[in-house]
Amino acid sequence: MKKHLLSITSNTEIARNIFEMKLTGPGTATMTVPGQFLHVSVGKHTSKLLRRPLSICDVDFEKEEVTLLYRAQGEGTKQLSQKQPGEIVDVLGPLGNGFFLETIDDSKTALLIGGGIGVPPLYYLGKKLREKGLKVKFILGYQSLEDSFYIEQFQEIGETIVTTVDGSFGIKGFVTDAMDQLTSDEPVIYSVGPAVMLKAVEQKAAGLNGFISLEERMGCGIGACFACVCPTENRQSGYVKICNDGPVFKMGEVVL
Amino acid sequence: MSRLSVSLPGLNMKNPILPASGCFGFGKEYAKWYDLSLLGGITIKAATLEGRFGNPTPRVAETESGMLNAIGLQNPGVKGIIENELPALEPYNIPILANIAGSTEEEYIEVTRQISASPLVSAVELNISCPNVKEGGIQFGTHYKSAADLTKKVKNVSEKPVYVKLSPNVSNITEMAEAVEEAGADGLSMINTLVGMKLDWRTGNPILANKTGGLSGPAIKPVAIRMIYEVSQKVSLPIIGMGGVSTAEDVLEMMSAGASAVAVGTANFVNPYVCPEIIEKLPELLDEIGVEQISEMTGRSLRQWKTPLSSR
Repeated sequence: MKKHLLSITSNTEIARNIFEMKLTGPGTATMTVPGQFLHVSVGKHTSKLLRRPLSICDVDFEKEEVTLLYRAQGEGTKQLSQKQPGEIVDVLGPLGNGFFLETIDDSKTALLIGGGIGVPPLYYLGKKLREKGLKVKFILGYQSLEDSFYIEQFQEIGETIVTTVDGSFGIKGFVTDAMDQLTSDEPVIYSVGPAVMLKAVEQKAAGLNGFISLEERMGCGIGACFACVCPTENRQSGYVKICNDGPVFKMGEVVL
Repeated sequence: MSRLSVSLPGLNMKNPILPASGCFGFGKEYAKWYDLSLLGGITIKAATLEGRFGNPTPRVAETESGMLNAIGLQNPGVKGIIENELPALEPYNIPILANIAGSTEEEYIEVTRQISASPLVSAVELNISCPNVKEGGIQFGTHYKSAADLTKKVKNVSEKPVYVKLSPNVSNITEMAEAVEEAGADGLSMINTLVGMKLDWRTGNPILANKTGGLSGPAIKPVAIRMIYEVSQKVSLPIIGMGGVSTAEDVLEMMSAGASAVAVGTANFVNPYVCPEIIEKLPELLDEIGVEQISEMTGRSLRQWKTPLSSR
C-alpha cells in the first residue's frame, strides 16, 4: 500500500457522465488483483478534499497503465473529469481485498453481474478469469442506452447480456430479469453494484457460490475511520469495514 | 532534549504531534503506512464499556474544506481494546492517550478504571463532547456543572492524568474549561467537532443517515484557534489543540494560540502520511522564525498581545 503520483494519459467521456481515465506510472505494477480500488485525490496535491474510491477497471503492465471508469456526479468526480492529459493524480493503493480467484474450479462458468458504475471492476476480473481458463458470461445493467458503456470490450471477453431499465437497449428491466434466461451450469457468480441490486442477485442465486463487491461512502479508505462499515451475522465483531475487509465478500456474508 | 520535544502530564512526547481520536483507528491501520514510533503519541478511538456498532451508513459527507461524520463511537468495548488493540502499539514505545466515552457517569468511571490501569496507557481523554450519539457524553459536555462533577469522579478512579475534551457546541467554552480545571483535570483537549448538516439539494434529504454530524477539517480551524486563545488566557492547564490542522504551519499557529501539543484529525484521511510529514517540516519552520525549542511556541501570541481578546 503506497501513495503513487500517476500521470493522466487520457480522460474522456464514454457515456453520459461516465469517464474513462487512464493513468501511467510505476505504481501500476502493484495493481494485480481485480476488485481492488484506488483512493484518488481529486484536487491538486495539496487539496484538502477527501479522496474518492475508484475501482480498478484494467491494468496494462507493459504500458504501466491503469484504467479507471467513474461517474462525474458529485463535486469531486466532476473536478476529476476536468483534468487533462499530463496532469498528475495522487492515488493511494491498491487498497482493499479483491476477488478471490484461487479456489475457483477452472472447469466452471463464471457469471459476472454488474450494475451501473459497479460494472468497471468486472472487466479486469473477466480478463483474469478467462486467463485462468474459465468460461465467462456477463450481465450488465444500465439505466438506458445513453448510460451504457464498455459493451464491446466485455463482448471480447465473453457472452454479454445487457439490460436497461427503460428498454432502450438489450433486455428491458434489471440484471435479475436476465438471470432467469440463463441455464445454470453451476456458475460462480461475481456481482458489483448498488446494495439493492446485490440483494436481489443474492436472492436469485440462492445456493450458488459467489462473491459480491460493496460500495459505500468512505473517509480514509484504509480502515481507520469506521465510516464504511456493514453488519455481518457470522463475524465475531459483528461488522466488516468495506474498505479494508472488503470491498469483496462471499455472498451471504454481509447483511445487505 | 530534542528541539521538538514537549512534556505534558503523563505525556512525554518527542514531538508535539499526535493523531486525534477517531481519526487513526486503534493505530494498527496506519502502522502499515509508516513507523508509528515517529509520532509524539497516539490518541486511540473512543472506548465505551460495551462494544458499539455505531450509526447506520452513510456516516461521512464531504463539505467545503471539511467533512461531516456520524460514526457513532463504534468500538469493540474497553475489554476488547485492552486485550486486542493496545498490545499492537507496545512496540512503538510512544505515549498512548486513551479516549473514553459513555452514557452514564458509572460507565465513564468503569471505563476509566479499566483502561487507565493498562501499563500501555499514558493518559486518558474524557470525551464529553461527541455530538453524534445521544449516549456519547455530550450531555455532560454542555453543562459546566455536570462536566465538573464527571471530571471529579473520573479523576478519583484514574491511575493516569485526565484530559477533558471540550465541545465547541457551547455558548461559553471558557466557563467549561474553568469548571473542569477546578474539578481537577490535568489538561484539556480542544476542540471536538461542530454539529453540522448536509442536504442533497435534489431530494432535500440529509446525506448522513444520522441526519447531523460533526464537522471537522480545515473549515473549523479558525474556531479552534479562537477557543484555544480564549481558554488559555483563563486556565493554566496544558491544552492539546486540535481542529482542522493539516500542515506544520497550522501546528505552530495552534501552539501560538496556547496549545502545548497538537492533534491531527481529518487530514489523516486525505493523506495517511500527514503526521510524519508535519513532524519533518517543523524544524525548518522553527529555523525560519528563529525559535530553538518548539515548546517556546506555546502561547506566543498571548505574550505578544497583552490585551485579552475579550476586552478588545
